Amino acid sequence: MSGFLKSSIGRKVAMALSAFFLMFFLLQHFAINMLSVFSPETFNEVSYFMGNNPLVQYGLQPVLLFGVVFHFVMGFILELKNKKAQGVAYAKNNGAANSSWVSRNMIYTGVAILLFMIFHFNDFWVPEIVEKYVEGKSQVGKDFHAHVVHMFENPIRVGVYVLAFVFLALHLMHGFTSAFQSVGGTAGRKKTLQNIGKAYSIIIPLGFVIIAIYHHFNH
Amino acid sequence: MSGKGMNLTLKIWRQKDAKSKGKMETYKVNDISEHMSFLEMMDVLNEQLIAEGQEPVAFDHDCREGICGMCSMYINGEAHGPDRGVTTCQLHMRMFKDGDTITIEPFRAAAFPVIKDLVVDRTSFERIQQAGGYISVNTSGNTQDANAIPISKHAADEAMDAATCIGCGACVATCKNSSAMLFVGAKVSQYALLPQGQVEAADRVKNMVAQMDLEGFGNCTNTGACEVECPKGISLDNIARMNRELIKASI
Ligand code: HEM
Ligand code: SF4
Ligand code: FES
Repeated sequence: MSGFLKSSIGRKVAMALSAFFLMFFLLQHFAINMLSVFSPETFNEVSYFMGNNPLVQYGLQPVLLFGVVFHFVMGFILELKNKKAQGVAYAKNNGAANSSWVSRNMIYTGVAILLFMIFHFNDFWVPEIVEKYVEGKSQVGKDFHAHVVHMFENPIRVGVYVLAFVFLALHLMHGFTSAFQSVGGTAGRKKTLQNIGKAYSIIIPLGFVIIAIYHHFNH
Repeated sequence: MSGKGMNLTLKIWRQKDAKSKGKMETYKVNDISEHMSFLEMMDVLNEQLIAEGQEPVAFDHDCREGICGMCSMYINGEAHGPDRGVTTCQLHMRMFKDGDTITIEPFRAAAFPVIKDLVVDRTSFERIQQAGGYISVNTSGNTQDANAIPISKHAADEAMDAATCIGCGACVATCKNSSAMLFVGAKVSQYALLPQGQVEAADRVKNMVAQMDLEGFGNCTNTGACEVECPKGISLDNIARMNRELIKASI
């Protein structure tokens, strides 16, 4: 079993499993954010729950952090190994003749997402943690919705978020179906799942973009 | 035919031996018939170079009919050139136009070091095969007739499709990660699909993947480039099957 994780294929399987987890998390994140548009009260209640329920805080949150870190660290490891496997660079290489741009540039779209995540954590996650665990303040009755709206007043922040979601869409455009192949399935090569993948990688990021723009214009 | 052939400019990787640093050199060939194969065009160039007292371009070839997997070459940025489902020896010059400049490079990968010019060392593939690409059969004279073992048409067809891999290495050459997974996937699959392959299935996939990693091939990102460039149309499904086989063998 330990040999499996050290093998090229084992790494790919682990990469795909972390990716499945992230894609599932993204759905959940998306659903909660949607509440901020349709029902600020419910959004506040759910935000309080997610931020203060011990099971979420001490159970799910560490798993999520591990999943994110694992995914990008493994992404970098694979990229380094792949770079080493290459010989002398071709004088002429026609990649577009046989593969999609998104599939050849996962590391670049991934790094863009990573940079965004640092920015995003600094926007929302760090202040939350400081408030709860450093200052020890109670979040009972906190208006999370107002904080979100306030954050998106800044057009530069909205721009950064929109751009980041374009990169996320590009990453998922290849990643969604690729993950199925990595775990040994052929379903990702069939029309049905390719369409679901396309829908997921467009609708979810687009939804996040709409939420950001909505709050920018509705404060 | 004379006078109606193509005049071409060739940019070719020249490298004296494994240790030397190579570089691209430019050559001209004239009056090339569109009916020639790419290797015949290379023969014309080499005749010309020999006549001029220059060193001919070394390149691999053997059968010249698409079955041995010896010919290689990265032509205009694609393994085995711009056509689909063909090896370089089957590539017709009619794929090119008069006045074209054609870039010709060796297959590139750390695990495929250049021996000379366009010739690369692909023995890493042989070592992967030796690690498990076989079945152990008693050949003492009382071997069971293969036809006595029932095999479904579907499995037989898929195994045969996988077995058409000629080990040319185009999949590695074309992969941005220099991954050999299409080749190894095909070699694992051709046995995994048949009853004769079951006994050694777990060891086979483990040992072949371990050897593949040891040789320094990269990791698959599922770009699908290999499947497009493979002269034998080996399907990516074989990589998924190999992944399944390894998962099965490891747990
Ligand atoms: C944190 C920054 C991220 C980095 C640096 C990153 C990097 C990568 C890289 C390099 C790959 C290709 C790995 C390979 O060669 O097989 C990959 C695959 C993938 N990523 Fe990311 N990624 C990031 C974030 C995300 C996020 C947030 C999601 C989804 C919500 C995601 C979903 C996927 C999927 C589905 C795959 C395909 C897995 C596979 O091919 O098996 N990634 N990522
Ligand atoms: S899988 Fe295709 S490209 Fe790769 S070695 Fe076999 S025949 Fe050549
Ligand atoms: S020379 Fe045998 S396949 Fe091309």
